[in-house]
Amino acid sequence: MEYEAVIGLETHVQLRTRTKMWCGCANEYGAEANTNVCPVCLGLPGVLPVPNAEALRKTALTGMLLNCDVPSYAKWDRKNYFYPDNPKNYQLTQLDFPSTIEGFVDFEFGEGTERVRINRAHLEEDVGKSTHFADHSGVDFNRAGVPLLEIVTEPDLTGADMAYEYLNALKAILEYGGVSDCDMEKGQVRCDVNISVRPIGQTELGEKIEIKNMNSFSGVRRAAGYEIERQIGVLREGGTLVQETRRWDDAVGITESMRTKEDAHDYRYFPDPDLMPHTPSEEWLAEVRASVMELPLARKRRLMADFQLPASDAEVFVGDAALGDYFEVAANGAKNPKAVANWVMNNLQAKLVETGGSVADVKFEASAIGELVGLIEGGQINSKIAQDVFVKMFESGKSPAAIVEEKGLSQVSDSGELEAFCNEAIEANPGPAEDFRNGKETALNFLKGQVMKASRGKANPQMVGELLKNILGS
Amino acid sequence: MPHTLTISQLTDKLTQGELTSRDATQSCLDRIAAVDDQLNAFLSHDPADALAQADAADAARAAGETKPLLGVPIAMKDVIAVNGHPLNCASKILGDFNSPYDATVTQKLRDAGAVVFGRVNMDEFAMGSSTENSAFGPARNPWDTDRISGGSSGGSAVAVAADECIASLGSDTGGSIRQPAALCGCVGLKPTYGRVSRYGLVAFASSLDQIGPITKDVRDAATLLGVIAGEDPRDSTNVPEPVPDYTAALTGDIKGMKIGLPREYQVDGLDPEVKAATDAAVAELEKLGAEIKEISLPHTEYAIATYYIIATAEASANLARFEGVRYGARVDGASPEQMNRATRGAGFGEEVKRRIILGTYVLSSGYYDAYYLRAQKARTLIRQDFLNAFEQVDLIASPTTPTSAFKIGEKSGDPLQMYLSDVFTISCNLAGLCGISVPCGFSKIGLPMGLQLLGQPFGEPDLLRAAHAYEQVTDWHTKQPNLD
Repeated sequence: MEYEAVIGLETHVQLRTRTKMWCGCANEYGAEANTNVCPVCLGLPGVLPVPNAEALRKTALTGMLLNCDVPSYAKWDRKNYFYPDNPKNYQLTQLDFPSTIEGFVDFEFGEGTERVRINRAHLEEDVGKSTHFADHSGVDFNRAGVPLLEIVTEPDLTGADMAYEYLNALKAILEYGGVSDCDMEKGQVRCDVNISVRPIGQTELGEKIEIKNMNSFSGVRRAAGYEIERQIGVLREGGTLVQETRRWDDAVGITESMRTKEDAHDYRYFPDPDLMPHTPSEEWLAEVRASVMELPLARKRRLMADFQLPASDAEVFVGDAALGDYFEVAANGAKNPKAVANWVMNNLQAKLVETGGSVADVKFEASAIGELVGLIEGGQINSKIAQDVFVKMFESGKSPAAIVEEKGLSQVSDSGELEAFCNEAIEANPGPAEDFRNGKETALNFLKGQVMKASRGKANPQMVGELLKNILGS
Repeated sequence: MPHTLTISQLTDKLTQGELTSRDATQSCLDRIAAVDDQLNAFLSHDPADALAQADAADAARAAGETKPLLGVPIAMKDVIAVNGHPLNCASKILGDFNSPYDATVTQKLRDAGAVVFGRVNMDEFAMGSSTENSAFGPARNPWDTDRISGGSSGGSAVAVAADECIASLGSDTGGSIRQPAALCGCVGLKPTYGRVSRYGLVAFASSLDQIGPITKDVRDAATLLGVIAGEDPRDSTNVPEPVPDYTAALTGDIKGMKIGLPREYQVDGLDPEVKAATDAAVAELEKLGAEIKEISLPHTEYAIATYYIIATAEASANLARFEGVRYGARVDGASPEQMNRATRGAGFGEEVKRRIILGTYVLSSGYYDAYYLRAQKARTLIRQDFLNAFEQVDLIASPTTPTSAFKIGEKSGDPLQMYLSDVFTISCNLAGLCGISVPCGFSKIGLPMGLQLLGQPFGEPDLLRAAHAYEQVTDWHTKQPNLD
């Protein structure tokens, strides 16, 4: 019997906000333990939460980017459980009226495009971080109260690789939206995986098993791959699977049972009486909607269609949105957008790396790169000179035409002038000239080089080659 | 005897230079030293800090400053945060915890120039109706120290009734301001839900709790409410309604005001003396020109059950933070769970444990719909009863409590009996209304009784107008207990 896997993901993402979800403490990674804390995020007696407007906005924006509805009524619930890193011993979350519901993510997988449905993206708060020492434990509450978005898919994924690609696509979207930095190293993205398997053709789902404790996307892929094989193995051997939570051991590469359904928590959810429901107005939603940007996949497709870029170039511009924006301005109306892309990806990016700047710091207008390409294509300068012109553009911010004009860098295409350079070169180097006449083709390159040198690089190299051949051949 | 003065009397004397805030504050401190051994109203107080505030107030007055409570000593229930002072909620579980911040009401009192002093006794975490649930012993009724003060804000009422302060703040979740005020012969006002910021009030039941004044007369209640009410961006449940000048409502004129008497409030267990006193008070109001009519609040019988489900559910989560990890008392254990159990087992009193268990139960998987959800629906119906009633009347009158103060220990073995004593006060919180208790007489054995008036949301001016008009034609509020 053949089996198939059914996978759903719950991804927790820390929102990029200046302050925490309910108080004015900095939402900042890496500060000294328990320095970004106050009575509110420490859960001192008597404090009350106040929602962070930026977190609400970024949640709605995420919903829109994930093609979700953003309902006009969302509320907060308390999820009750005791744990030392949980300051109030309840976590504020959204149980039955989340901020965003029912969307989807399209992503590339294999040769085609897949769609995973999003059940919801709801807002909650992060907890503190426990550290265990030899004889005691400590809790750092800097992370407690950081806004956390939980993005829950429907069980639409069918394999470990597919789950991996979905996560990469999700990360790209969230980074694109400026919603989260999605830095895995800093724990800004955490993922739980629900996996079941069933015989192909069966419509009802198998027993759902939740896997926790993966700390990278590749960990998710490995854990899912392992778990699918394990579950199929159990069924093939005539065993049965039970609903449970399992823990991924990354070092060993296996999952181990943590708890079964019987000892699952009763979280005793109920509406938080300290917070009013969030009821976004039409105006507010319209404002958020106005900030919705093109999704990475859509942009990639558009760049390929509008600028005839290969997929790899389009991916570079999707991966670095600012560079992509710059390219689009530079290539606007360009006859050869691919050449513009090369200048932006190679020369410009190299300069930016060298100077440690960003595209915002570039002194010249983006359109100047199109002009530079135009000068090369029109034969006004050769590509070697163009390199020098670019360096001067980058330094001074002047237009390429102005630099060419100012420095007298226009390519020499006047055949009379070039002929004089060629004759001089032949007279000065009789040996190589003789060699060429005797059939040594490479000797021509030496002579060409002498002409270029004499013309200080301005000679049109094609014309020089033709002229030298004509002179030596006659 | 400056400690016997009301806010308005003291303020007059301070303004005229007849007294200083130091005189008044020292007088309160002396009074505490003289009588509080009998009363146990104060869990702690810091005389040096109080006198320093008084001196600052005197200096400010000398410099020409005028503020509504400049130099007036106000005592604080031990559930309201005062920066640098103990915050115990009359519980052992908070250990030697000192609040590192001021509640919004504390800040407002400071801004108004008050001398904020003392931690006054209460039922542990405001759970109770007698102050017998204090981990530090009951506050005693100054009219008969063998009797309860009422609760949960018992210490706040005792401190005012015994002139240990000029006025105090309490908190009211199901009657915790009005009931002890009635039993101790003071004025107690529970503001409309959302009127006063809850930031810095240790939560018992977040959707029901409000801070309010306990005072020697109605004018003081109006003054103090005016100071503590108002918008607070730190409390999302606070309503940004403008704060009127409540003292402007004290015209003495209630001609044409409609006052309702709920048919359903003729309950078993209503003491005939209390009934007679409140009937007489209603008759006074009628004499003053109010129109009295019978009204119906058909869902009254569900109020106590509804209250004890919602309040305990919220409390079960609100009190989860007390487990010894970050602050307060800690009893060590081999694991975090064992530490939680040991700390909470040792730190909480019986009534608090009972309510946490009840609240945990009603929220549990499989019981939520039957209890919590139904209670929320009942709450909506109870609120609707009142809103319907307020279509016909301006205020609703009733006894504050079914009996006068009972003896300490008399009901402590029977929590249900204790819960039933909240019958008249509880609905006000469920419906988010405002309510006041004013002294309306004394029983044959000399115990105070209270008349309760309930007003619609943000109807405090009407409430104060009627209570003040009644006070003008009676002298119950001027009587003082003999503690010598």
